[in-house]
Amino acid sequence: MATDEREGGSDRIETVEADDVDAADILGSAIERQEDPSLLTGEAEYTDDIQLPEMTHMAMLRSQYAHARLADIDTSEAEEMEGVVAVFTAEDLDVSGALPVGWDLDSLRNVDNPIMVEDRIRYQGDVLALVVAEERYQAHDALDAVDVEYERLEAVTDPSDALAEDAPVIHEEEGTNEAFDWDIGDADDTEAALEAADNVVELDVTNQLLIPNAIEPRAVVADYDPSDDLLDVQMTTQNPHVHRLLMAGVIDHPEHRMRVRAPDVGGGFGSKIHHYADEALVSWAAKQVERPVKWQATRTESYLTDAQGRGHETHGEIAVDDDGTIRGLYVDTKANLGAYLSTFSPSIPTYLYGTLLSGQYEIDNIYCEVTGAYTNVVPVDAYRGAGRPEASFIIERLVNRAADAVDMDPAEIRKKNFLDPDDFPYETPVAMEYDSGDYHKTLERAMEAVGYDEFRERQEQAREEGRYLGIGFSCYIEACGIAPSELVGELGAGAGLWESGLVRFTPSGTVRAMSGSSGHGQGHDTTFSQILANELGVDYDDIEVVEGDTDAIPQGMGTYGSRSAAVGGSALVESARKVVEKARKIAAHQLEADPEDVEFEAGEFQVAGAPDRSTSIQDVSLEAYLAHDIPDDMEPGLEATTFYDPSNFVFPFGTHVAVVEVDPDTGEVAFEDYVAVDDVGNQINPKIVEGQIHGGIAQGVGQALFEGAEYDDNGQLVTGSMQDYAVPKSFHVPEMETESTVTPSPENPLGVKGVGEAGTIAAPQAIVNAVVDALEPLGVDHIEMPLTNERVWRAAGGGDD
Amino acid sequence: MERTIELTVNGTDHQVTVEPRTLLIHALRDEMGYTGPNVGCESSVCGACTVHVDGEAVKACTELAVRAEGSEVTTIEALGDEDDMHPLQESFQEEHGLQCGYCTPGMVMTAAVFLEEEPDPDRAEIREALEGNLCRCTGYQNIVNAVESAAAEMAGAVEPATDGGTAVEEGGD
Repeated sequence: MATDEREGGSDRIETVEADDVDAADILGSAIERQEDPSLLTGEAEYTDDIQLPEMTHMAMLRSQYAHARLADIDTSEAEEMEGVVAVFTAEDLDVSGALPVGWDLDSLRNVDNPIMVEDRIRYQGDVLALVVAEERYQAHDALDAVDVEYERLEAVTDPSDALAEDAPVIHEEEGTNEAFDWDIGDADDTEAALEAADNVVELDVTNQLLIPNAIEPRAVVADYDPSDDLLDVQMTTQNPHVHRLLMAGVIDHPEHRMRVRAPDVGGGFGSKIHHYADEALVSWAAKQVERPVKWQATRTESYLTDAQGRGHETHGEIAVDDDGTIRGLYVDTKANLGAYLSTFSPSIPTYLYGTLLSGQYEIDNIYCEVTGAYTNVVPVDAYRGAGRPEASFIIERLVNRAADAVDMDPAEIRKKNFLDPDDFPYETPVAMEYDSGDYHKTLERAMEAVGYDEFRERQEQAREEGRYLGIGFSCYIEACGIAPSELVGELGAGAGLWESGLVRFTPSGTVRAMSGSSGHGQGHDTTFSQILANELGVDYDDIEVVEGDTDAIPQGMGTYGSRSAAVGGSALVESARKVVEKARKIAAHQLEADPEDVEFEAGEFQVAGAPDRSTSIQDVSLEAYLAHDIPDDMEPGLEATTFYDPSNFVFPFGTHVAVVEVDPDTGEVAFEDYVAVDDVGNQINPKIVEGQIHGGIAQGVGQALFEGAEYDDNGQLVTGSMQDYAVPKSFHVPEMETESTVTPSPENPLGVKGVGEAGTIAAPQAIVNAVVDALEPLGVDHIEMPLTNERVWRAAGGGDD
Repeated sequence: MERTIELTVNGTDHQVTVEPRTLLIHALRDEMGYTGPNVGCESSVCGACTVHVDGEAVKACTELAVRAEGSEVTTIEALGDEDDMHPLQESFQEEHGLQCGYCTPGMVMTAAVFLEEEPDPDRAEIREALEGNLCRCTGYQNIVNAVESAAAEMAGAVEPATDGGTAVEEGGD
């Protein structure tokens, strides 16, 4: 089946072995992942599995308090303890030691972000001292012997509180906790649209702080060779080259004498994009002790340092006429940035949020203002979805409220305001140009799958029986593969957002391909091999994909923002096509034909109309390296590199529908059904697409019902362990019915969009809309996430007596 | 303080010197080199460290190594190798029951003991059995599918029909 015709159904997708797939069908087949056997047998090597000769272990002392002055620190006792190799504090640092931020905004108040603090502690994750010891336990023991004197300061954890006049100021030199004030859209036109509309509906929501929870905690093994001044770092990273660049600056090590590798990486969800203090300190310490140093975060340390996600307090207003036409949208958001700016944090609540507020709708007037606030919580940055879930949540909740206000069905009001397929490309009032879409199709498929009309009858009957069923729609849009680089530079990015891909034939006709993206569970080895097998006509098993090594791979940008297929995959396609063009010239030379007359199909070059005059790409590869008989003006060898810079974002979309039953007496929410109809463009491997959607939904379910990073008034993380923070368990996540439509992206040669974040963006508002719909007879019109039993029970009137 | 204990890991006898507080997971990983089981939470919640001790699924991050003295410990490394995987390992691959793989060794080891006790579970029972193993990548559905189809495979039964779906050709073997 050609991928552009694939329309996935709801039946379980069966995987196949690559050997059983015809070469012509390799792209688009649900091939079993080649990554799996090593992961399933314990052969995989994660960072903490690495053992090096003479290796030491490192542990870091974090702060007991979220906001304090470091009055005194005494490490003398720790230094004397058994097995301790070295103890360091900020005064030992002989490097610049400040973490950079990779995105600037006009109004941004950038602040110093030291890798060890000397004076002022701004959140619990700040590093006060580090210990290098012979053994893991010894390093942790020595931490306990470090004597610290704190002078505690008043803390602030909510962005609104932090922006109040009398709030304790976290970065005193700035005199305010306001990190930036940013807006997008036309304020006057939007105000006029709100005034002119028949109705304006308001809603205040908190999009709570979340902890990413990769099951593998972050880890680093650094090894320094003083004779060559070479620093070899293996670490949990989603972007080794970005880490190398940033770390080189932080610890003043020449970038060209640094190697950063990603061994197997146990999930990231954004948390392994950013460059953290601890990572730089491990590398710096390895240079000090001139022995390999290993560190893996404890889970509590992860919770105190992994950049958290969301953290918005938002006031939204939607203007809607009595016939259901949406006239305008006004959004005012206070965004929690935490104690410091993390690597890409300024971009998340701005360009990845405000620009998505048009959703799937034609809304002529949108204005969004965002104020970023420093607080005493863990720095906030990209977590799966990163800005787009927050945008989708406020729109889809407001659209539901608008439907209530004009007494319209929630599906009908969506259809009335959807962009139509012939509206594309479509420029929104918030600076995005959508590439393609068919929003009616995904909503209608979802309504059919869930049996919408029948559900409403059932709901009515149930209500008569005193049972509360509800249905919730989420028609979401996502923007992936943020691009092109020139534009993101204008918007403030400190990096380009292209990707590299190198395709190299060996003389024996097999292929090694290098990608600057860096998978950590997504199955890139499998999908990229499928792409290249299709392009090159080479056996799937004759292709090896290499990622995650700055020594082996051209400069790359990494894996985040659902960009790897659209940007990294496209880089490989372009390189494969360059290789084929060179090979075609060699083949033509050997076949004594004009290159224009040489056709390439399924790995064979053939002179048009002369089937006996042919040669394989493998034979051409050998000729290219022998170089005995290639065209005069040609260099030997057969490889090509592409730095692919997309022309635009790509825009996946879809409709998710949750059907729930709520027990108002207990506040319990039970799923009756969960349907996801997603359009992620062409699918390279439908099974992997399904897996990404499933996993994304599970994290969205987590946000809707269970998860939330909670701090007390002193800035202490109350949900500081897995026993306190509710990562969804197996029985918390519903059975999901996934379907797909396919609207190929016109922006890239694969026609792919992106799938990594879709489920997480879509799910929360589908679930909240469903619960609110269920409890509508009890007068419930909003409940804040997470919809814990207690919150639902209280919203339903529990405890009112 | 240190003492030497004897235990069998994956059929090999080991003598290892540990502190009274040394956790079984660290003895296995750092002292004996069995890095299949992973550390995820140090608090018995995530289950990435699950191994078998005398046939029971145990979270090795909250078990003292000294308590395993004289025990037979089995880690994921002994369940099957890449060329000869256990039916559970095969079904996890076929059903795409793993993504990053970090939770997978523990997930598979928990499922292995569960299927010995309950060879023909329904989906709700599988979900209940896996409640002590967290996965952040898959959303669990394909893990449940994997355990369900492994149970069928191990019982020697024919493959269960998918939810009303048409049978898809299975190639080769």
